[in-house]
Amino acid sequence: MSIQLSTPVNRQAAEALSRSKGEPEWLTAKRAEAAELVETLELPKVEKTRIDRWNLSAYGQYKPAQPVSSAAELSQDIQAFVPESQSGLLVTRGSGAVFSTLSDELKAQGVIFTDLETAAREHSAIVQQYLHSVVASNEDKLSALHSALWNGGVFVYVPKNVEVDLPLQAVLYNDDADATFAPHVLIVAESNSRVTYVDNVITTGSAAQVAAIHHGVVEVVAKAGAKVSFASIHSMGEEVVDISIRRAALDNDARVEWIIGDLNDGNTLSDTKSVLNGRGSSSDSKVISIGSKKQKLSLTTQAVHWGKSTDSQMITRAVMREEATAIINGITKIEKGATKANGEQTEKVLMLSPKSRGDANPILLIDEDDVTAGHAASVGQVNPEQVYYLMSRGIAKIDAERLIIYGFLAPVVSEIPIDAVREQLQRLLERKLEA
Amino acid sequence: MSTQFIINDLKASVEGKEILKGINLEIKGGEIHAIMGPNGTGKSTLASALMGHPKYEVTGGTAHLNGEDILEMEVDERARAGMFLAMQYPSEITGVTNADFLRSAINARREEGNEISLIKFIRQMEGKMKELEMNTEFAHRYLNEGFSGGEKKRNEILQMMLLDPKLVILDEIDSGLDIDALRIVSNGVNAMRSEDRGFLVITHYQRLLNYIKPDFVHVMMQGRIVKSGGPELAERLENEGYDWVKEELGIVDETVGQA
Ligand SMILES: Nc1ncnc2c1ncn2[C@@H]1O[C@H](COP(=O)(O)OP(=O)(O)OP(=O)(O)O)[C@@H](O)[C@H]1O
Ligand SMILES: [Mg+2]
Repeated sequence: MSIQLSTPVNRQAAEALSRSKGEPEWLTAKRAEAAELVETLELPKVEKTRIDRWNLSAYGQYKPAQPVSSAAELSQDIQAFVPESQSGLLVTRGSGAVFSTLSDELKAQGVIFTDLETAAREHSAIVQQYLHSVVASNEDKLSALHSALWNGGVFVYVPKNVEVDLPLQAVLYNDDADATFAPHVLIVAESNSRVTYVDNVITTGSAAQVAAIHHGVVEVVAKAGAKVSFASIHSMGEEVVDISIRRAALDNDARVEWIIGDLNDGNTLSDTKSVLNGRGSSSDSKVISIGSKKQKLSLTTQAVHWGKSTDSQMITRAVMREEATAIINGITKIEKGATKANGEQTEKVLMLSPKSRGDANPILLIDEDDVTAGHAASVGQVNPEQVYYLMSRGIAKIDAERLIIYGFLAPVVSEIPIDAVREQLQRLLERKLEA
Repeated sequence: MSTQFIINDLKASVEGKEILKGINLEIKGGEIHAIMGPNGTGKSTLASALMGHPKYEVTGGTAHLNGEDILEMEVDERARAGMFLAMQYPSEITGVTNADFLRSAINARREEGNEISLIKFIRQMEGKMKELEMNTEFAHRYLNEGFSGGEKKRNEILQMMLLDPKLVILDEIDSGLDIDALRIVSNGVNAMRSEDRGFLVITHYQRLLNYIKPDFVHVMMQGRIVKSGGPELAERLENEGYDWVKEELGIVDETVGQA
């Protein structure tokens, strides 16, 4: 099955574009190789979701973005996503970065926070070492396509023992549907470092209203004892297909925490995975989603346990309105030898209309005896007994239902450790639930 | 005006089966009426039908609270008109804290823009919790989730106290309560006794009626009130059971049955 792209992807075009941007040779070669693979590889098999029927043609073209000199010059609707306190801020628009800043203190400690294209030029060796080390270019047609086309993006590097207290914040937005919007986020946390990274992925203007694609890949490398908190809230327009593949590779005693808000208005393929290689490493993921209209959502969380005494926790909660469909997969894989591993997952879907659909698939694949694992999944509607109970205290039906719906999401929302993220998520949830 | 609640020939069915077969009852402000009766005779059904539970279909009769036809109203309107039902099995609602729920319920009775201030609300709520000897931590717990049987019952009474209803129905408020809790909850109910509030207390045990002294006691069988009297009726039932009532009335199967 091949996808018809609006712009053909081939070796020559990929090389030419890479050279025109002054990228290092190794990167040009990687892109060229990936472009060739696009032709031969198949689309990934996504559980119960025919992504081959989604409109995957509108990748657009690379369009350089015009930088701004201060955050104040960003448009109003973008500024709304910029929090007051952060250690660093990076803004990308369409295919490229427009603004970035990082506190002097962190710079002095050797922290790098910049767009990935710049990083590939200025910190070539280290980017080369880690780029595609977690999500390979040759996994399937989509990974190859992304490797050939990615642009803008984010690079976070935290040296050994450095603790970044305030979040590093990125706003990745597109306001031009003809611009390729394929950011690649690469986070490298050296041993015993700590960092919190938060991003918002949004579309505004024409990009929110005509067919377009956001194709993002996130790679997190957490070295021994490092702790990475990653929060990402996506709220893109109805015509935008969001393909987001996130993956972390963890060494001994490393920890990753994922908070994902899939609040797009368009079709979404979201896959968040932790590979627990090191002994004692752990992962926690929380995914929240609201679907409306005819949206199709495929939300997957995964944990792969290789190391002994590894722990994974995964929670997904989705509310489906109108004719939205959600396929929610939780995959806990415990490999042979990963003794004393523990993996727990919960997927819950609340359907608000008779035409909405939800499907929760907890999958446990366990090749080791000495482990513990658990799962819980449920798909249901607002419980009429609960509505009756609330109404019997004088609360109007619509308010009763609202309390129950927010209540369904609350156990996850209230656990989000970063106040600003929690509040923003709450605001976007309200917008989407009350639209 | 002192409260007046009049039920006239109320009939109700659930899933097509008639359970209530014509209930007549008049409750005035200040009065406490107790309803007793064996299991499965329609006591909770009466409570649910009056509150407007969607599963219970009223097939005949009327119920008026201070002249207002409550059966015409939605559940929330009934509550705002002054009806309150402390349920036999209160729902658990994850994610909604007790405090948020209580505040929503109070604000539902107020005009928009005239919501209760947070400070005043907390003062009121904590004051009542204290009276009920509830740990204020319960304000931040999710509504009834993981509450013990007795804690749920106390929480029902807390709601009653904060919502200041006109007609209170207590469905087995004593079940699951330990001896101390029974006294505390009863004190809460007695403190709410007033000229403009009527009570309908459903119970299996005379013991509760030692604390909450009823003015009238009714016995329900086969979906009807088959016998009414004063507090002495409850005492006799406690001592002798229901057989003598059945004998007196020629009832063989007291449940609603297949008839
Ligand atoms: N939702 C329902 N679905 C099916 N049957 C019901 C329902 N509610 C009540 N019934 C039936 O109606 C009859 C009366 O039930 P009800 O709960 O009113 O009894 P009760 O007098 O409150 O009993 P108890 O003392 O055990 O609480 C019973 O036969 C019961 O099974
Ligand atoms: Mg009952």
